[in-house]
Amino acid sequence: MSATTTDVGWGVQLRAVTQRYGPLRALDDVTLDVRPGTITGLLGRNGSGKTTLAALLAAFRRPTSGAVLVDGEDPWESERVAPGVCFVRESGDVLDDWCLTDNLAVAADARPTFDPAFAAELLDRFALAGDRRPGRLSRGQRSAFGIVLGLASRAPLTILDEVHLGLDAPSRYTFYDALVSDYAAHPRTVVLSSHLIDEVDRLLEDVVLLDAGRVLVADDAEVLRGSGVTVTGPSAAVEAFVAGRRVLATQRLGGTTRATVHGRLGAGDDATARAAGLELGPVPLQDLIVHLTGRPVVTGEENR
Amino acid sequence: MFDGRDPLYLQIADQIREDVLRGTLREEEQVMSTTGYATTFRINPATAAKAFAELVDEGVLYKRRGVGMFVAADAREHLLARRRERFFAEVVDPVVDEAAVLGVAVEDVVARLRDRSAPRRTAEVTESAAAAKTAGSAVTPETAVIAETERSPR
Repeated sequence: MSATTTDVGWGVQLRAVTQRYGPLRALDDVTLDVRPGTITGLLGRNGSGKTTLAALLAAFRRPTSGAVLVDGEDPWESERVAPGVCFVRESGDVLDDWCLTDNLAVAADARPTFDPAFAAELLDRFALAGDRRPGRLSRGQRSAFGIVLGLASRAPLTILDEVHLGLDAPSRYTFYDALVSDYAAHPRTVVLSSHLIDEVDRLLEDVVLLDAGRVLVADDAEVLRGSGVTVTGPSAAVEAFVAGRRVLATQRLGGTTRATVHGRLGAGDDATARAAGLELGPVPLQDLIVHLTGRPVVTGEENR
Repeated sequence: MFDGRDPLYLQIADQIREDVLRGTLREEEQVMSTTGYATTFRINPATAAKAFAELVDEGVLYKRRGVGMFVAADAREHLLARRRERFFAEVVDPVVDEAAVLGVAVEDVVARLRDRSAPRRTAEVTESAAAAKTAGSAVTPETAVIAETERSPR
């Protein structure tokens, strides 16, 4: 706790957390850890509970039941924790009638870790004029300003929720570059929520995948990436190889089948596949998540 | 880049090994910092650090305190030796398996290997000699290739 963990960022623990909105359980008995100092991807479909989870960490609300701990402490009305948690969401929690420069000054006052020089540099990189008011910005510019606030705060727990919305591709890459280089220079915990999984995939060290308010996966991103494999070859050989394994999707074209399998391969599986004339390939994280949170798919000409 | 089935850090380590083997990274040359690598390829710095740690462990890279990471003096020799050990299992054996599936006689495979390697070997020796004369320095396969392209008629 305290000084030593702050050096690399704050960890998070959720224990049996449930959040109800009337009859709806936005989070349903969620237990997970976010490791201090990681960039953790918070992934899942719309309505899976990502923003609710982020709001609990930022103490925007208290859970219906269960315990939330940020750096070992309940963040609710905590004077110590509050300045160290920066939650940036697309709606942009800024003062609409104040210019960007004044908004940054407010953030600098509230947060001991805020770096005004870095904020000015980021404004420049996103071509934002300091004398503009947030209310007059385009959607993409508002997102960019949210990123400026989020990164320049250098908060030991930074939560970026869909901050890329409205940003064009070059601006998104400006964001990724700024995130990686500043995170490398100033390690901290970053929880990053995005639907553009292909783009953020390699930025992530850990992944939390939510589905309908429950934790589907909470693991090292590398473990999740390695948990999928495509098996391609003659249909009969593919069927024999995947028998007894968890098949997420199957595509057929003529006599060739490609099956996407979930689960690690065993020691001899590579040789077995090669001997059977099968090709093994990686599954992009995005595809894996689509398969894990969607319905089983069979496509191709022999559709049932 | 980095779209194989192995974990990303292993693919990064492989890429650096390959650079050392091909001479793109020379012995005693400084390699990019973890941060530089992460920023250039937009990858998590921890992933890059893991790749570098693996290469330090196996003696391909070494750290100079406060300066950075460098290619070890014997890195290339060391990698070549390891690569030779794996050559038969990883390159030759699959060829034998495939030949068996296709019904290609082993004698034909051997004949092909002889055909391919005989002229190349003589060529390589002359190229190396020529390159050594022009460059006046240690010959790597790369300088030989450069010498060849430079001298070939347009």
